[in-house]
Amino acid sequence: MHSLDPLDLYSIADELTDEERMIRESVARFVDQKALPIIAECFDEGRFPTELIPEIADLGLLGSSLEGYGCAGLNGVSYGLICQELERGDSGLRSFVSVQSSLCMYPIHAFGSEEQKETWLPKMAAGEVIGCFGLTEPHGGSDPANMKTHARRDGEDWILNGAKMWITNGTLAQIAIVWARTEDGIQGFIVETDSRGFEARDIKAKMSLRASVTSELYFDNVRVPESNRLPKVKGLKGPLSCLNQARYGITWGPIGAAQACLDETLRYTADRELFKRPLAANQAVQLRLADMARRITAAQLISLRLGRLKDAGRMHPTQVSLAKWNNVRMALDIARECRDLLGGSGITLEYVPIRHMLNLESVITYEGTETIHQLVVGRELTGLNAF
Amino acid sequence: MKILVPIKRVVDYNVRVRVKSDGSGVETEGVKMSINPFDEIALEEALRIKEAGKAEEVIVCSIGSKDCQQQLRTGLAMGADRALHVLTDDEVQPLAAARALLKLVEKEDPKIVFLGKQAIDDDCNQTGQMLAALWQRPQATFASKVDLDGEIATVTREVDAGLETLEVDLPAVLTSDLRLNEPRFVKLPDIMKAKRKPLEEIALAELGVDAGPALETTAFEPPPKRAGGRMLESVQELVDELKNKGLL
Repeated sequence: MHSLDPLDLYSIADELTDEERMIRESVARFVDQKALPIIAECFDEGRFPTELIPEIADLGLLGSSLEGYGCAGLNGVSYGLICQELERGDSGLRSFVSVQSSLCMYPIHAFGSEEQKETWLPKMAAGEVIGCFGLTEPHGGSDPANMKTHARRDGEDWILNGAKMWITNGTLAQIAIVWARTEDGIQGFIVETDSRGFEARDIKAKMSLRASVTSELYFDNVRVPESNRLPKVKGLKGPLSCLNQARYGITWGPIGAAQACLDETLRYTADRELFKRPLAANQAVQLRLADMARRITAAQLISLRLGRLKDAGRMHPTQVSLAKWNNVRMALDIARECRDLLGGSGITLEYVPIRHMLNLESVITYEGTETIHQLVVGRELTGLNAF
Repeated sequence: MKILVPIKRVVDYNVRVRVKSDGSGVETEGVKMSINPFDEIALEEALRIKEAGKAEEVIVCSIGSKDCQQQLRTGLAMGADRALHVLTDDEVQPLAAARALLKLVEKEDPKIVFLGKQAIDDDCNQTGQMLAALWQRPQATFASKVDLDGEIATVTREVDAGLETLEVDLPAVLTSDLRLNEPRFVKLPDIMKAKRKPLEEIALAELGVDAGPALETTAFEPPPKRAGGRMLESVQELVDELKNKGLL
């Protein structure tokens, strides 16, 4: 009997096409060689490694699932694998790529005019223009229908007022995709961040996603030309369809984080001797490790199936909710367990679990909290909306 | 000018190699396989030569089972123009590999055959040298720097005494050392483009080469486990121990 890969007990890698496998390997190598050597320090210093942006762009990771405009046109499973490998490095890296690709480039591609696509997408794919996505507001994120930010017509322009909160890439960005109430319902605007009246401030003292920029955005009578309004969508389905893309990627990301934690903990418990035998020789330890492998396997199967459904054009938002809920919870629990199994070493950034554990506290909150996703599944089962 | 780059499919360098339980070989089932790292360096150098306008075409080739096509596709995604796959399920040892490569050389007429200095699975370090002998052309092995000027390659090699510089007339066989370059990351759009690049299959038998092994491997076994260390009480005890073992 051959032995199994502890991080892929069901040989899910065999289910990938040659292209998907190569994509995963290429991103994995980038993460190993370029990101992992610096990421713990970035987390410690509370900075996003902007020096990696040119290489991330050069690899083709920005807007990778879009067709045309300098994008690679990859399938959903490939995008998922990219997220998985990036988050094996750090959730902050994956967040950067998720926001740029799914929350900024996707709506321009799906809802933008031809002129907007040609103006922005090639530069965004090249990493020359960074985007951020403004939906959540200071008073709460789970109820976007009641957003306060609004835009009113003024001749050929729009005047934007309001504020957005918890905005990844906010102070890095040259453009912000901002969703605002209008007389015609919620609409999306491409706001250039050098516009008069636009301000972005970093949120300080974060204990999570420290290798990522998180900001507040303020709009004080910001004048936005009509040509910067996304013409092809009105209503909440605009931002929600973006989130559906990003959340799909987020179902894959935490698999990478959990694998990184388990991988390190397997090595640690094998090498660490206590009471004259390796930690891993104890039943109490093995039960916990086995449970991690079980939960990673289940998450891998869910995401792969979800990706195949997406690529067949059959992915349902409720399926995304269940996967996001399951997989992020899985990874957060595993990161905490691994932190604990590492003992004192587990509290330092020299080992990966505490960094992933802290990051995943954000991941379980953003892009739909765990509770909201549970309620989405509940609504699917009962037909009753409880939120 | 064409450059031919033979690549070998090997167990990935990050994998902890395990011997099969029946001792018949090394476990490859469910194990990550990659392009031999030295071959990847050779391919990177060939691509850089092409990008500098000094070669028109880079051809990757590999000898082995159908699975080798994964590595050939990776080579195409890195930037090779086309691939040749010499198909065989038999074990191919260096001399047979060199004979098969000679047939490809005769077919393609490259100015440079650029190999890795050795494969990380069997560490033979023979194929390049054997090919040069069979082809009756110069060889420059363990290259850490390569400059091309017309029909001459100037190759810096890392040798025990320092750096040695050779000038070889082309066509020639070159083999890469670790420090020649750092291979590029494969870009995702190029992975998609690689699907459409030509990959030609040739059966080993069609080349008239017999894979029949010159050497027979009778058994594989893992290296013996290291015996545990022992704590000594004093420096004197250490000195005594070293003397006892004839080390002092």
